[in-house]
Amino acid sequence: MQIRVQETPFDYGAESARFTDGCNGIGAVVTFCGIVRNDGGALQAMEIEHYPGMTERALAQIAEEAARRWTLADCLIIHRFGRMAPGEKIMMVATASAHRADAFAAADFLMDYLKSRAPFWKKEFSGDSAEWVAAKDADEAALGRWG
Amino acid sequence: MTLEILYFAWLRERIGLPRETVTTEAATVADLVAELRAREDRYALAFSDLASVRVALDQDLAEFDAPLAGVREVAFFPPMTGG
Repeated sequence: MQIRVQETPFDYGAESARFTDGCNGIGAVVTFCGIVRNDGGALQAMEIEHYPGMTERALAQIAEEAARRWTLADCLIIHRFGRMAPGEKIMMVATASAHRADAFAAADFLMDYLKSRAPFWKKEFSGDSAEWVAAKDADEAALGRWG
Repeated sequence: MTLEILYFAWLRERIGLPRETVTTEAATVADLVAELRAREDRYALAFSDLASVRVALDQDLAEFDAPLAGVREVAFFPPMTGG
C-alpha cells in the first residue's frame, strides 16, 4: 500500500509503470487519473486545501478497507494539493490483483471513498471569482453502493 | 480542558483563522459549537448551518453529539471534495 500526498506534479505514466513492475504474480492492474476539468473554458486555476495528518490517515484507512474487501497485491494513491491549472493531473489510484474484477472494483471503491471521506477541499478560480466546490449529493449517495 | 481547534476551507475563511487554542468545559462537539457561536458574529455565521459542517476529533470523522473527553484536536470543515 502506497499513499502519497504532495504539492508537486507526478508523472502518471512513470508511476503506473513503476507500480505495475513492482507487483509480482499479478494478472491485472487498473489505474485511474483525475484531471482538473475546464467546463466551459472559464476556469483559470483550482486550489486544493487539505488537512495534513488526517489526509494520510484517512487515505490509509480507505486503502486498508479496500484490501479487506478484495484480494489485492498492492494499491497506490497519489493526491496533490495546492494550485493547479486546467488539464493538470490532480490524483491517481492504481490497484493490482490476480484478476481484473478485484482490481476494477477496488479502484472504483477507492475513488468513491476518497471523494467524500478524505479531507480535501477544492476551490475554483475563474475571472474575478473564487468559489469553493460544493460536495455533490451523488458523491455521498455513491457510498451506499458499497454497503 | 484545552483543545486545539482547526478550521478548513470556507470555515477558515469565515472565521479568519486556520487554528486556535480554546479552553472549554464543553462536554460534546455540539456544546463546543454553541460556545463558539456565542462568541462573535463571524463564528455564528460560520456555524449557522450545521448540515454543511463536518467535524473530526483527533483526525477521525465524528458526529456533533460525540463527547470531547480525552480529545486534543477538533477540526471543523465543509463536506469533502477530493478526487
